[in-house]
Formats: sequence, C-alpha cells, structure tokens
Amino acid sequence: MDIPFWNKEIETAERSRLEQIQLERLKVTVGWALKTALYRKRLNQAGINSPDDIKSLGDLRRIPFTTKDDLRVSFPKGHLAVDMVDVLRIHSSSGTTGIPTVIYYSREDVDNWTDLLARSIVGAGGTRADVFQNMMTYGFFTGGLGLHYGAERVGMTVIPISGGNTKRQIQTMRDFRSTVLHVTPSYLLHIHSKLGDEGVCLEDLALRKAFIGAEPHSENTRRKLQDLLRIEAFNSYGLSELNGPGVAFECVCRKDMHVWEDGYIAEIIDPKTGEVLKDGQEGELVLTNIVRRATPILRYRTRDLAFLHPQGCDCGRTHRRLSRILGRTDDMLIINGVNVFPSQIEEKIMKIPEVATNYLIHVDKKGALDRLTVKVEIYPKLFLGEVSKLESLKHKIVEELRASITISPAVELHEPGSLPVSEGKAKRVVDERPKD
Amino acid sequence: MKITQISVFLENRKGRLSDVCSLLGAHDINIRALTIAETESFGVLRIVVDKSEAAIKLLRENQFVANFTDVVAIEVPDQPGGLASILKILSEHDVNIEYMYGFVEKFSDKALLVMRFEDTDFAQQVLARQQIHVVTEKEIEGL
Repeated sequence: MDIPFWNKEIETAERSRLEQIQLERLKVTVGWALKTALYRKRLNQAGINSPDDIKSLGDLRRIPFTTKDDLRVSFPKGHLAVDMVDVLRIHSSSGTTGIPTVIYYSREDVDNWTDLLARSIVGAGGTRADVFQNMMTYGFFTGGLGLHYGAERVGMTVIPISGGNTKRQIQTMRDFRSTVLHVTPSYLLHIHSKLGDEGVCLEDLALRKAFIGAEPHSENTRRKLQDLLRIEAFNSYGLSELNGPGVAFECVCRKDMHVWEDGYIAEIIDPKTGEVLKDGQEGELVLTNIVRRATPILRYRTRDLAFLHPQGCDCGRTHRRLSRILGRTDDMLIINGVNVFPSQIEEKIMKIPEVATNYLIHVDKKGALDRLTVKVEIYPKLFLGEVSKLESLKHKIVEELRASITISPAVELHEPGSLPVSEGKAKRVVDERPKD
Repeated sequence: MKITQISVFLENRKGRLSDVCSLLGAHDINIRALTIAETESFGVLRIVVDKSEAAIKLLRENQFVANFTDVVAIEVPDQPGGLASILKILSEHDVNIEYMYGFVEKFSDKALLVMRFEDTDFAQQVLARQQIHVVTEKEIEGL
C-alpha cells in the first residue's frame, strides 16, 4: 500500500525524538500558561514558577487537570495568554450552562492547527486533485473552518457549503463532482437516504472518501456508510478546547486515529482517581495542547472514554493511535454532532414562568438523524384556556433553547404530574437511540 | 349575559378526554356543549356544563389544568341561513368571534351556539340592541 505523508520526518520520528519535541514544547507552553490568571496560581501551587521547572515529561503529572468548568470560571479572558491585538480568531463551544467555552487563536496558532489538519487530510489519502465538500457547520463551531483551512493548505478544491440543506448538498455533490466529504456519520446516512428523492444515483457522483466525526459511531456504522456510498470513511477526533478537529485522525489503514503527538500530549487516566493508565487501558482522555500560544490548555479532561493502542501502525507512523470514543464520563449529549449539556436546557426552561418544575429530555432517531424532544409541564395558574397562548409558549421555549444550544428541539407541553417526578437525582434524560 | 365555559388542557395521551368525561359523569355533571381545539401535540377541551363551579373544583382536585372563560350562548333560528343572519349582524357591528361551537340540546325550536368574542361586553351590547336572545346560566342548568 502506498502510504501518503504530509511531513514524513515528523510523522515517523523515533519516539525519543517525539518525546524530546514534546518536552521542549511543553516547557514553552507552561511559560505561556504562567501568563494567564487561570494557570499562574495553580502552577505556582504545584511548585512550577518558570518553564525550567519542567525537567522531564514526567513533570507533566505535577500539573493539575483543567476542566470545562475551569474555563467557564475563567470566562471570558482568564485563560488568554496574549494581548487581544495578537488574537486572530475566536471559537466557542457550549458550556455546561449559559456560559460558553471560548478559545483564542493567534496567527501562529491557526497556522499550527491548519498544518495538523493538512497532515490529517493527506494521511487519509486526500490530495490537491480532490473536490472537498465541507458539510460541517461554519461559525463558532471549529468543525467547519478547521478542516476548511487544512483542505486549502493541501490545495484541494474546497466547497464551504456548511451543514444542512440536504437538497443543496446532493445537488452540489453532483454538480461539482465532489470527491471528499467532511460530515457527521448520521448526516451522511441521511443524505444517502435522500439521494433518490433528488433523482441522483451513486453513478452520478464521484465520491471516494468521507471524513466522519463530531459524534460517536460504531464500526458497523462506518462499514454501512462505506458499503452504501462505496467510499472509504475515516474517523476523526477533536474538540474545540484543543483547537477542534485534527487532534487525531485515521490514516489510510483505517485502524483508529493517530494522535499528532508533536502537537498534543495525550494521557489516559482513571476518571475516578486521576491516576495515569498504561497504553491499552481504557479511561478518560486527557490532552495538553503544546502548539497554541493564545490559549494554552494543560491536561484538559475531555470526559471522553477511550484507550491508546500500545503497538504501532502498519503505515509506519510513530504517533500513537487513539481508539474510537467509547463513552462519556459526564452527561453530555451529542445531537447530530452538536454537544448539548442537560444543564443548559434546564437553565433555560426554568426561567420561563409558564413552565412548572418537571421536565424531561428525550432523544431518539427519526430516520438517520437524532431528534431532541424537550417535554415540559405547564404551570396550571398560567393556563387561561387559549390555544394561541400555549402555542406561543412552545415557540418561546424553542427559541430560548435554540439560542442556547444552537439546535431547535421539538417541545411538548404536558399536564402537571404527568412526567416522572424528580426524586433527588431525577432521570431527566431518556436516550432511546439504538446502540449498534 | 355571560355564561361560563371550562377549558381543560389535555396533553396528547391516550384516554385523557375519556378521563375528563368519566370524572364529570361520575359526579353527575352534565356536559351541554363541547368542542376540542387540537394542535399537533396537545388539545384544549372546551365545555359548558350544568354545574360549572362544581365541575372546575372537581377537575382541579383531580390534577387537571382547567380554567374559566367567559362565553355567550345565543339562540339561532334552526333553518337555512339562520346562522348567517346572526353573523351578518355581528360583522356589521365589528364584533369579532374567536371561536364558536354548538350545543348538544336546545330548549326551543332554535339552535344554541356558544360564542367566544374578542370583546365579550361589547358583543353583548350589540346582541341586546339587536334583540338576539342570549341564554342565561339558569336556562342552561335547566336544560
């Protein structure tokens, strides 16, 4: 098999060389972190007052973990390590409550990230001859713009179509002979189910690859996509706190995702004790970004459960491979690739006076896509018998939630006492999506 | 003269309407007029009963979401064009109807209609001036 590389020297570097790079970059990163309100105190408390206090990679373990909550507390700029004038871009993702998680990028940061994405794309066999249809949402979400920059660096023909509008996606795939897609697995299945409606068959298309990510999926789903569309599908992994996509990506072997270890230090820990586990052991993925100056993030607890492969890969890359995401250590839901915390929903609906205290978050599948339904009980005293008032209440709830979680849920109004009553930690979330 | 309509919020659940009717029936409350406003995911039951105070107390005690609405019940000639003649008068006097529905029974040769007006007081004045018979609560209890 012909193995394509973007930067063969780095991608196949000896482990000792990689670790040397990691140590140098970690020291620099700690230096940047010491400039932030978020890290100064906690690093000092750990006895780290200057980059030189990091003498080996083992010293990483002296640094306390960073959580999403830390980034909420430090909102908006407590974790910013440069002057705003040097910030080239801001991305943001959902916080666990109304306060989002914000990440700043300097010019150099965008450049480093873009390079890792170009490496990811080329590693998966993408070339400058490809027509790349980027179906991930552009905007605050990192999935769209991240791959866009990477694909341009590779020299692909980029179609920045963003997410949604299935009819237009299909027409575009046909009209421009798109060869590579970037998409969530569920949306790609949905697109496949709609090809017939547009009078399009596979022979009308030139598809050969899809980069799939932003939501968990099984090996069966990947195979199904590959068989249905006669393409190769590559898993990708990333999260906005660590730049976005391009933290880990599958190579042409398609046997789990190489973590780009010259850009990130990956650890797997026991989520309960924080103890660092060995390769092969399943636990929570913890990541440190070592090529981002504006927002250095040290030992970030991703809440994603996975493991790192102990052995190398047939492609010859020395960067360790990360398994697919096996679960979460928190209650975050991923709805059609969008991260949603139940607490975000609760915060919004509890502010609406017509809503009583009980609610239920229901997730299931409608066709290939996820469907989110928020069920609320109405507050009896505010019921005046008018249907129009109830309809506007529904719309108000939908709008409030859309502003907060960026997707529009279905809203159901219920009679008081009809939803399961909260007893301590109530079961507020019912996820009926099949686990294949 | 206004009469009382009871509105009951009904979530989209099997047997919910039957629950309301059974409850009222078991307490000897008679439904005189009924309509359901339905949406995709819920409905609002609107009823006129012979004992409205007792009915709403009973419904609330049984955890139904229920409230009063003022409506007007009027007699309409039970013949072709009967309703049209009344609506024409209302329209000429700029009286807006939000919704309307029919009674189950009647106590003369005329049909009985429940009307919910945008402005109930104004509608009553117009009806009185035009000598259109407005049914009283007492008459409904006696049905």
